[in-house]
Amino acid sequence: MSKYLVNLKINNIPVTVEEGTTILDAAKKLNFSIPTLCYHEDLSVAGNCRVCLVEVSGARNLAASCATPVSEGMEVFTNSKNVRTSRKHVVELLLSEHNADCTKCFKNGHCELQDLASAYRIGDHVFIDLVKPKDKVIDISSPSICKDDSKCIRCQRCVRTCAELQAVSALAVCHKGDHQRISTFLGKPMHEVVCTNCGQCINRCPTGALTERSYIEEVWEAINDLGKHVVVQTAPAVRVALGEDLGMELGTRVTGKMVSALRHVGFDSVLDTDFTADLTILEEGNELLRRLKKVLVDKDETVALPMFTSCSPGWIKYIEHMFSEQLPNLSTCKSPQQMFGALAKTYYAQRKNINPKNMVVVSIMPCTAKKFESGRPEMRDSGYQDVDYVLTTRELAMMIKQAGIDFSKLDEDGYDTIMGDSTGAAVIFGSTGGVMEAALRTVYEVVTGREVPFTNLNIVPVRGMEGVKEARIMLKDVKPDFSYLEGVEVSVAIAHGLSNAKKIMEAVRDGKATYHFVEVMACPGGCLGGGGQPIPTSPDIRKKRAEAIYSEDEGLIRRKSHENPEVLQIYKEFLIEPLGHKSHDLLHTHYKPRKRY
Amino acid sequence: MSSTALLIKDLVEKHGKNRNSLMPILQGIVQEERYLSEDAMINVAKELDLSTADVYGTASFYTFLDTVPRGKNIIRICKTISCHMKGKDEIIETVENMLKVKVGETSHDRNFTLLTANCLGWCHQGPVMLINDDIYPDLNPGKATSILEEYMKAH
Amino acid sequence: METNVLKKVDIIFDITDCDYLKILDRCMSKTQDEVILDIIDSGLKGRGGAGFPTGLKWKFTKNEDSDVKYVICNADEGEPGTFKDREILDRVPEKVFTGMAICGYAIGAKEGYIYLRGEYNFLKKNLQAKIDLFNKQTIEKNFDFTIFLRSGSGAYICGEESALFESMEGFRGEPRNKPPYPTIAGYNWKPTVINNVETLVYVSMICNLGPDKFKELGTKDSRGSKVFSVSGDTPNAGIYEIELGMPLEQFVDAFGDGDTKAVQVGGASGHCVPRKNFNDTIIGFEGIPTGGSMMIFNSSRSMYNVLHDYLEFFTEESCGQCTPCRVGCQQLLKGIEAVKKGDRKPSYLEELKKLALTMKSAAKCGLGQSVANPFNSIIDNFREEIIY
Ligand SMILES: Cc1cc2nc3c(=O)[nH]c(=O)nc-3n(C[C@H](O)[C@H](O)[C@H](O)COP(=O)(O)O)c2cc1C
Ligand code: SF4
Ligand code: SF4
Ligand code: SF4
Ligand code: SF4
Ligand code: FES
Ligand code: FES
Repeated sequence: MSKYLVNLKINNIPVTVEEGTTILDAAKKLNFSIPTLCYHEDLSVAGNCRVCLVEVSGARNLAASCATPVSEGMEVFTNSKNVRTSRKHVVELLLSEHNADCTKCFKNGHCELQDLASAYRIGDHVFIDLVKPKDKVIDISSPSICKDDSKCIRCQRCVRTCAELQAVSALAVCHKGDHQRISTFLGKPMHEVVCTNCGQCINRCPTGALTERSYIEEVWEAINDLGKHVVVQTAPAVRVALGEDLGMELGTRVTGKMVSALRHVGFDSVLDTDFTADLTILEEGNELLRRLKKVLVDKDETVALPMFTSCSPGWIKYIEHMFSEQLPNLSTCKSPQQMFGALAKTYYAQRKNINPKNMVVVSIMPCTAKKFESGRPEMRDSGYQDVDYVLTTRELAMMIKQAGIDFSKLDEDGYDTIMGDSTGAAVIFGSTGGVMEAALRTVYEVVTGREVPFTNLNIVPVRGMEGVKEARIMLKDVKPDFSYLEGVEVSVAIAHGLSNAKKIMEAVRDGKATYHFVEVMACPGGCLGGGGQPIPTSPDIRKKRAEAIYSEDEGLIRRKSHENPEVLQIYKEFLIEPLGHKSHDLLHTHYKPRKRY
Repeated sequence: MSSTALLIKDLVEKHGKNRNSLMPILQGIVQEERYLSEDAMINVAKELDLSTADVYGTASFYTFLDTVPRGKNIIRICKTISCHMKGKDEIIETVENMLKVKVGETSHDRNFTLLTANCLGWCHQGPVMLINDDIYPDLNPGKATSILEEYMKAH
Repeated sequence: METNVLKKVDIIFDITDCDYLKILDRCMSKTQDEVILDIIDSGLKGRGGAGFPTGLKWKFTKNEDSDVKYVICNADEGEPGTFKDREILDRVPEKVFTGMAICGYAIGAKEGYIYLRGEYNFLKKNLQAKIDLFNKQTIEKNFDFTIFLRSGSGAYICGEESALFESMEGFRGEPRNKPPYPTIAGYNWKPTVINNVETLVYVSMICNLGPDKFKELGTKDSRGSKVFSVSGDTPNAGIYEIELGMPLEQFVDAFGDGDTKAVQVGGASGHCVPRKNFNDTIIGFEGIPTGGSMMIFNSSRSMYNVLHDYLEFFTEESCGQCTPCRVGCQQLLKGIEAVKKGDRKPSYLEELKKLALTMKSAAKCGLGQSVANPFNSIIDNFREEIIY
């Protein structure tokens, strides 16, 4: 569809843009930056905060630039006297209903409201403090999410996130007028509602109203306790985003520096969740083959297909709440973080001769849902809580700063052994489509004895940021053991962001889609866009992180999970075989339905 | 099935299973039950495939869609300027004394909830109150008393 | 400026020669464009407060290309001091239905909705019965137009047109961004004409008697007459239909109690006119446009209380979504309280007036934008009463 072009002037400079462009975007084209709060690239336009006001010649009122389309001949001023006065008023008003104790705030230094207050030099503003003592109660019922209404500026970004991106709507705008606020159903504590702990709302909250539950102090405590052996695991997506919070350019890979930093911080062993990502592929791949066999050969009707991946705890809680009747379709594999925890306190402890009682397992995750996951009753198969503390990428950046480490100057270091080796297949777990690609690389080869038929192992159809992706791959000339798969065209789908997952779930439920294998990641973009990743987030930021992930994969010698030497070793020494007895005890689990309403 | 669930089924049947019917459905529940209980909101969410927070968020926007328990009769006395000028304070006081409740409270026998309201559209005949859907203009303390007595008798 | 002497008229409630089925027939013997031209020609402007030319609104909507269009009658009447729409719907609802049907014909809509405020639920039974009858009669005429009745649930902001659509669609009544305007995307995001109850009655009158008859009344900028809701310190509180364009002075002479200090024209969101300005204030679109609320205050009244009541009203009834209005209303209210108590200096009122002006230009909808009207006019004219 060809679009009309519109000519206008912004601050007296002519610009031509497509019809339908907002004033905000037109101004960006001329490099005029207009402050925003309720606007977010990932979300629908709300136009409620009113900090993005601009003056349009001839209009009675100021216009919200994020919500106003351009028109022919328009003359816009982004910094007139009226605009400045009003914008300042708006910020002052927001501060007057805001509990601005910045020095105590988790978002101090990363807060859009604080930035505006400082840009407009709002010191002692004139208005009356409206924060009510009863608003200062902070909801810390959830192990993942902290909700502090006294910091909320009602931009509704969280509400739109939870509804539009995640199809959960655990949060809603409630009441009206001076009582209006963001609330759960009947104001219940966060841990009692349908929240998946995905943390996407946190990523988009401009202030400290929604933050992760922080466990930094607990981790320092463990590190300082000489009686404890503290191991740390780092998830695939952390290494392509951590740098953003430490002054490095977007899309920089910092794997080696991160490992150094973790040693400096004082962890006893720096290991890699990528190791268990590779392990997941072997377990999950074999589970898929077993399910296919049961369906195709044994005609076993109790076996559910498609099989859904299970490495995203936000997705797990979503399916428990929203599609519990499809829980049998979920792979029984634990997430890589939890596989790691269970093995750390068994296999690793034995090899190192450490009493697991004295071990502390810390995870660095791009994720807030993993904080919840680590506390699940299902996740104690080592006899202890398998993972003790989960920190987000953001929290790790804070710890590195606290430790006084000059990150950019660090040398690159390698992971410790036993559970520190990985392949490119594990690295791409951090991106949407990555688990699928890793699984196909392995499963195809196991079944046919040949590498996947894609140039350079890059399975392009499953990559990219489209909400729902589909691919098919034909199995031909299979090995004798897999004769039942001869001529089968394996059909797969990938969804990221729970609203996309919902589409697939409904299609599967209603029999409108027949897939064999479906990858679901709760967060837009997959873990690289996780709820624990550096803020801000945007399609462009996620794209850059994905590019970094795929280039890390390409740069590695081993790019197939079944080639990870430590994985081969653990099967030899400990697990014996995929889906074996030990695996069953430590690496697999089942989930139960939760209330949807 | 609880009576609330049955009521909601009926309302959904009558108004249709879509978001546009949310208001009439919630209004229908309030008509029968005077307020929206947790159970009621959960049932509505189920029927219309909405989240409970969304139903609550929508309901709580509207003054007449109460989400806290209310008495059998809801009294709303206009507190806006014209009625203020014509003596709404006296009316409120009279009713408070009669029912032994303060504004915002429900009587012990759950028969009455006393609330105030913004302009009810009878400013030329203030002070005025609504009891449920019925309007009582041109009030004075005596008149308010005898109206309430009628309601108490009916109980 | 052209002014009129106060003249009471009787059009709205007059039912002589008013067979609404005949009016409909007459309309439908014209083309859609001819009907719209009549309305444009009459100079009729919306009676809901904003005063947008009704014929133009219809023309824009007619010109939209869409299978589905709607006519909505805004009967949310929540502006403090306004009660005329209730009276109209109670006494002459058929005239409103006729106006809606004419609009439906003119713009090509098959469905009409009346959004009645919840406070008027007692009208519903009667109204529904009359709607049913009307619908039956239009079917018999082979005229495909059905009227439905919907209710509000106690939210003043739902009178704002886009908030009303949101409410009808089952959402919180939060006003939308404009553009798009209702003529392009209204109820269900389809082209929609939304008119006030009274506007629709004048529509049926214009179609009955012709635009010229309507134009005989009023002034160049304010054609016709208007129904006023008169309350406060007056021996004649009630509803009056008066020709537009009279000076406020005459109105006060006719309705005041001899001791009138100020008149609030247009309800809580309107302007407060002090005695000294009665003579040069015209009631009409060239002066102070109004949805018809006239509240009269005599010298015994404290204007602080009046303003306080209004601000409380806005603080509660703001939808709460946009910053200038949600927080601004609270600041204005808390601000005058602080000045009254002496917690803030009288000069703080100047800061608040600036804030009110910001609200006027920065708020998302008419509610927040209009708070400055009562605020600044009362502060400017009755500063002493606010401070002491
Ligand atoms: C806060 C607010 C409340 C309003 N309330 C009403 C109302 O109760 N009735 C009404 O007809 N118009 C009301 N309006 C105006 C409507 O938005 C709309 O302009 C009107 O219904 C158009 O009809 P008209 O052109 O016939 O006047 C309100 C506007 C605002 C901003
Ligand atoms: S949310 Fe921002 S402005 Fe508020 S206290 Fe925290 S850092 Fe300061
Ligand atoms: S964590 Fe995710 S599911 Fe929970 S409220 Fe935030 S966006 Fe919604
Ligand atoms: S919690 Fe955060 S994102 Fe949600 S409305 Fe408040 S400030 Fe905005
Ligand atoms: S001005 Fe007030 S009522 Fe209008 S959108 Fe803003 S907060 Fe809501
Ligand atoms: S950013 Fe435009 S109104 Fe909030
Ligand atoms: S002020 Fe009470 S009815 Fe209008």
